Amino acid sequence: MLAGAGFLSIPFDIPPYRLSGAVYGALLNHRSALAALGEAANRPPYNAPPKAPVLYIKPRNTLALPGDIVRIPAGTPELEVGACVGVVIGRTACRVAESRALDYAAGYLIVADVSVPHANYHRPSIRFKARDGYCPLGPKVTARAAVANPDALTIRIFVDDLLVQSASTADLIRPAARLLAEVTEFMTLVPGDVLALGAAGPAPRVRAGQMARIEIDGLGSLSNRFMDAVP
Amino acid sequence: MMRARVAYAGAIHDASPATLPAPMSSAPASPAQEAVRLADGRVVAAEDVVWLPPFEVGTVVALGLNYADHAKELAIKHQEEPLVFLKGPGTLLGHRGMTRRPAGVKFMHYECELAVIIGRPAKQVARSQAMQHVAGYCVANDYAIRDYLENWYRPNLRVKNRDGGTVLGPWFVDAADVEDPAALNLRTFVNGKLCQQGNTRDLIFDIPFLVEYLSSFMTLSPGDVILTGTPEGVVNVMAGDVVTCEIDGLGRLVNTIAADDEFGR
Repeated sequence: MLAGAGFLSIPFDIPPYRLSGAVYGALLNHRSALAALGEAANRPPYNAPPKAPVLYIKPRNTLALPGDIVRIPAGTPELEVGACVGVVIGRTACRVAESRALDYAAGYLIVADVSVPHANYHRPSIRFKARDGYCPLGPKVTARAAVANPDALTIRIFVDDLLVQSASTADLIRPAARLLAEVTEFMTLVPGDVLALGAAGPAPRVRAGQMARIEIDGLGSLSNRFMDAVP
Repeated sequence: MMRARVAYAGAIHDASPATLPAPMSSAPASPAQEAVRLADGRVVAAEDVVWLPPFEVGTVVALGLNYADHAKELAIKHQEEPLVFLKGPGTLLGHRGMTRRPAGVKFMHYECELAVIIGRPAKQVARSQAMQHVAGYCVANDYAIRDYLENWYRPNLRVKNRDGGTVLGPWFVDAADVEDPAALNLRTFVNGKLCQQGNTRDLIFDIPFLVEYLSSFMTLSPGDVILTGTPEGVVNVMAGDVVTCEIDGLGRLVNTIAADDEFGR
């Protein structure tokens, strides 16, 4: 089996029935994440806060399931867990209008955007964000119809059952519909693609031996244990 | 061996290079016509098929600033670690395709690159073993629109991951048929005029390094592809321009720039 191909087993009983494996995420799309940078966003190397959505890709080797162990590389004391709502695309979305954008969603799921902490966002951080198993998602796809308002979902992260962060999608800089509209202006999303809406900041950190659990209203919970890499 | 994937008469086919006799109407000395031979034996003119990326593409890893001259052209200082970014499946396009130039942008450019295709899973592979994980090569043209550059995860997806902005083909060429991938000339022609030239010997981070580096933190799987970066000589292209990227032994990858109205905008 290909690295990361386990994502195909995420239960999904509405069209398109399976994820495509393409997962995109929005960096700094939660007010708290941008606020955590403070004045630094106006200084070099950035010089100004982002104008367009700042996107990243979680490639197929990163995709993992609930319960999978996330490995911490040698020399890294802890990892960051960005807890996101992921929109699962239901029909091909190209240049969708914000007012109709959510019609293109099949549903939603929890995405854990795991990273090696990095203070500098100037260059794409593949070595920090695209490591094997650094994008657990699931536990299921919840149909769009079952989520009354994707812009009012509470996201909670627990580390070893202790609540370490609580945030709401109400504080996204670009809510789901607006982000979909801006992203599909230049890149078409197809059924089964996932767009993670962005994590609150500063992201909680997790050490080896700890368990991170993300709970999102109506989407269930996603738990993964963090362990040191096997040499 | 050179292989393409083409759509023809209702199906997708594996295809190999072929020629057809010159059409009857042309002058007696006309060269044979470029064509493809489908797996089922049919020989079809190159312009009568739709060319797809020549293999099932997995993760697309791209290098920025990986030729010393191009880095200098963009006034970038020495790097200790390669500048690597990822691209999604929606940006892929085959030979003889069309790439949109949005109205109003000032600087859209091609980037001719050697694409290295992974054949065997690669996890923590040492440099000395790296080439055993390479299945083959193709030509890539990795477009960028510099107007959209911002200093956040730069170059970001709006610059580098646009629909139709990553052109691959025409052929997948087996690694065994490329004698020295570190000594290939790259050339880009715009409307027939030579605009970009380089040689893969000038890569800052070479192929074995890249396989070792990437596989140290991400498992590479068959079909994953590394776009190794572009040399100097990128120029602005306009709607109607025909951009041809060529690499020794791998073929010529043709793309046409189109305006918004072609895309109903």
